[in-house]
Order: sequence, then structure tokens, then C-alpha cells
Amino acid sequence: MSIEPSVRVEDKLFYNRYLVDTGRAHIKVRPHTTPSPELLTMLKACPARCYELNDKGQVEISVDGCIECGTCRVICEGSGDIEWSYPRGGYGVLFKFG
Amino acid sequence: MIEEKFDVIVVGAGMAGNAAALTLAQRGLKVLQLERGEYSGSKNVQGAILYADMLEKLIPDFREDAPLERHLVEQRFWMMDGRSHTGLHYRSDDFNEEKPNRYTIIRAQFDKWFSQKVREAGATVLCETTVTELAQDAYGKVIGVRTDRVDGEIHADVVVLAEGVNGLLGTRAHLRERPKPDKVALAVKEMHFLPRETIEARFNLKGDEGVVIEAAGTISRGMTGMGFIYANKECISLGIGCLVSDFQRTGETPYGLLDRFKRHPSVAPLIEGSEVKEYAAHLIPEGGFKAIPQLYGEGWVVVGDAAQLNNAIHREGSNLAMTSGRIAAEAIFQVKSRKDPMTAENLSLYKTMLDQSFVIKDLKKYKDMPALMHTQSQNFFLTYPELVSKAMQNFLRVDGTPKVDKEKTTFKSFIKARSWSGLFGDAFRLARAWR
Repeated sequence: MSIEPSVRVEDKLFYNRYLVDTGRAHIKVRPHTTPSPELLTMLKACPARCYELNDKGQVEISVDGCIECGTCRVICEGSGDIEWSYPRGGYGVLFKFG
Repeated sequence: MIEEKFDVIVVGAGMAGNAAALTLAQRGLKVLQLERGEYSGSKNVQGAILYADMLEKLIPDFREDAPLERHLVEQRFWMMDGRSHTGLHYRSDDFNEEKPNRYTIIRAQFDKWFSQKVREAGATVLCETTVTELAQDAYGKVIGVRTDRVDGEIHADVVVLAEGVNGLLGTRAHLRERPKPDKVALAVKEMHFLPRETIEARFNLKGDEGVVIEAAGTISRGMTGMGFIYANKECISLGIGCLVSDFQRTGETPYGLLDRFKRHPSVAPLIEGSEVKEYAAHLIPEGGFKAIPQLYGEGWVVVGDAAQLNNAIHREGSNLAMTSGRIAAEAIFQVKSRKDPMTAENLSLYKTMLDQSFVIKDLKKYKDMPALMHTQSQNFFLTYPELVSKAMQNFLRVDGTPKVDKEKTTFKSFIKARSWSGLFGDAFRLARAWR
């Protein structure tokens, strides 16, 4: 591993505007005991780092910072690991520049 | 259900959807356009470069009021290794013309303007509405859409799917497959704000002149990918993208890649002292001609990124989106004018017309390039950039070594890295795929 300053994705997401649809996550992770390789990939591949490991070693998602790219759908939907939709109309990330 | 029936429903208000909705409305069709963002552009992400020719075909006098950033007078291609870049630059005063050919734009602002033109042409544009699925009759014919609004089913004779790269509705209705990880790239981008004069000084620009830098090499760490730096008026769009399958394979993070690109000694001085105001991510279709899905069916057509229409070699997408949207609309108008039904057979006119356009002709030309770039990514994005960099440095550094010996060293480094057959093979494969 090369030694490099760690990138704080949280700081990047702080630049963005969101309208969070509280209680209605547009992406859901299928309950599991051991995560699939696809789900584990998302820990690094998600550009907004929405996917995290919990203390039981399961992959959880927090969609509040999601920038709606679809990478996790491309990787994980086929195996049934996640359910993926767009947020309800008007909700989610609101790009000022795009 | 909304009782009112439309001639056409356009799903999505990006480049393709706006081009389709505008063309249809201009021809007097009753158009409903649905967009999930709070306005057209609020969900749309692109570098972004606007290609004037394709927009002129829709809005000839767009230069009068469109929110344009800079017209491009210079293109720089950079082949990068860790501390260097070898550049191929083209700059011409010919690009300072009355009607420039390419501009940088900011999509959220541009799309809002484009959408206003769609409304003025007579289309009904309904934002903050997510289409959840296509409405189909018992025979599978698409008869409209369902949305997330109460009583959200709306009917039309034909649905134009301009839903973007993810193509969710098409997949849900089994019209096409979900994009595969090796057929889409994930790009991340930041908007770096600087005073106008600073940008113009750093990029050697005056007035509204603009420059684009496309970069490839070790910045993608052996993955198939590219970086880009676009000069806007008061900000710089900077990003990098790689195939999703490569992120999967390597475990690299997109934001890690972006930050290394930003810290590269050739890049860092350009953005020094800037204020970042947005971080975005987006998928880009990279599969080329062979990844194009079925483009039409009973009561539907698909356009733009949803149809994977993107020229990865020339970094063109928005113009293919605009053109496919316009052509689909023209085909629908022709079918409608004949009072024919919107069957797959009649809508095949869209594909016939698209096949004759630059959209399919260009993608066909490069049909073998994606496979070559994807399977040879280590060579094209790591080995060669490093070899070229060393060769350039060896060529330029004056240290008393006779030139004959320098040439031998460079020559040997290429043979050692790729062997004779490897070098000829790469050249042959590249030439064949480019043809």
C-alpha cells in the first residue's frame, strides 16, 4: 500500500445540496449474515461511500449522500444483493452545476 | 389515472429527452415530458462540452441566449506517468470564429435553458416526477408510464425513453439488459472555482476562449480510463473515470483516483487555491457499437445514453444524445403524419434513419476499440505511458551520453517491456480497430 493522504468523502459530499426523503431509502441492501463479494466491492467502488461495514461484518447502506450514479446497481442488482430505484421525484441530490 | 392522453411521453429531460421533446412539440404533437429532478439539469452530469452543429439543427440561433461558458480554441491530449506528461496540443485561431464549433457548458444551467425552449415550443414539462415503470397492455405494447405521483398512470401513443445511462425502465420492462460493469465507466468530477483572470492566465486564454485537456496514462493505475480538465468562465471541471469492472477488479476508489489526479504535478498548479463547490459522479456508456440495445419496439423508442450511444474514443456523447433524440422525434412525426400506429414495424424507421447518421456510422467505425482498450488496459494505460515518458526524458536530458547510445537505450526499453511481437501486435491491433 502506498502512503497517501486519506480522502474524506464526507467533506466532498458537504459541497452538494440534497433533499433527503426521510424514511424512504431508494436503495435497499438485502438482509444477510455474510456479505457477497459484490457487496464488499461497494465499500470501495461507491463514489459517495454510502456502503459501510457494521460491527457484525454486514454491509449497510446510508443513502443520504448518494449521488445517484448507478454503480452499485450495475455491480449488485443482478445478484439480488440490492434493490435499486431512483429517489421520489424532487428528492435526492440537487446538482447546482452537474 | 390522468385521463388526458398524449401523442408522446418523453421520459427524461437531458440532452436526448430535450432534443426529442423540442422536435416533437415544434411539429405540433401533444408532448408530455417527465423529469425526476426539480428542474431539467438538476440530475444531469457531464464534463461538459457542447457540440454546436447538433444544437444548431434544433435551435439555430442558440448563441443568442444559451448559457455558454467558453468556445474551445485548444485541445490538449496528455499521456501521463507519475511525474510527467507527454502532450499533443492543438490550438488554432481558426476556432475564434463567428460561430464556434465547440463550447464548454455547465449542464445544470444549460439544461434549464434548453428546457425553457421545450416549453416555449408547446410541450408540457412535468418535473419532480419519477417514472417508476412503463405501462403495457396485455400484449406487451407500451401504452404509457406509471409515476410516483398519486394516480400516476399516464397514456400516450408512444414513449420516448431518454432516461439516461442506467436505463432503469427499459430493464424493468425487459426491453434491454442492465448495463454490464465492463460496458460502463464510473466518472467522478469536481467543480473548482477561481477568478476568471486566474483561469485565463493559467490556461493561456483571452476573453471567452477555452481549452480542454484529456489525459490518460498511469493516472488510471492500469485501469481503462481517462481524466479531463475543462476550462469554464469562472471554474474548472476536473474529473476522472474508469470502467466499473476495473474498479471491481482492482479495489481502487474513485475519489482516491480523483485526488491523485489533482495532486499530479502537471495538474496541481492549474487548480491551486481553487474553491470546490460540487462533487458529482456519473456512469458513461463505454461499450460502443456492440453494446447498443434494441432501439425500438411496440409503442417505444430509446435514445441517448439509455441506448448506450456514446463515442468513447472521441469523448462524444451529448451530441449523439441530441441527434438520436431529434431523429427519433422526426421518425415518430413521420409515422404520425401517415396516421399509422406506433408499432415496432413502423418505429423501425427511427433505426433506419439513425443508421444513416453519423451516430451509428461513428460507433460502427470504432466497434472493436472498446474490447481492445479493455483487454489491453495494462499496456495502453501503464506500460506505454511510462515508456514514452522515459523516452522523452532521455531525448531531452543533456548529459554527455552520445545520441546513438540514448536511442539504443530507448529502443531497448520498448523491446524489453513489450517484445518485438508485442510491439507489432499492439500496433497492428490498434490500426485494425481504428480503421
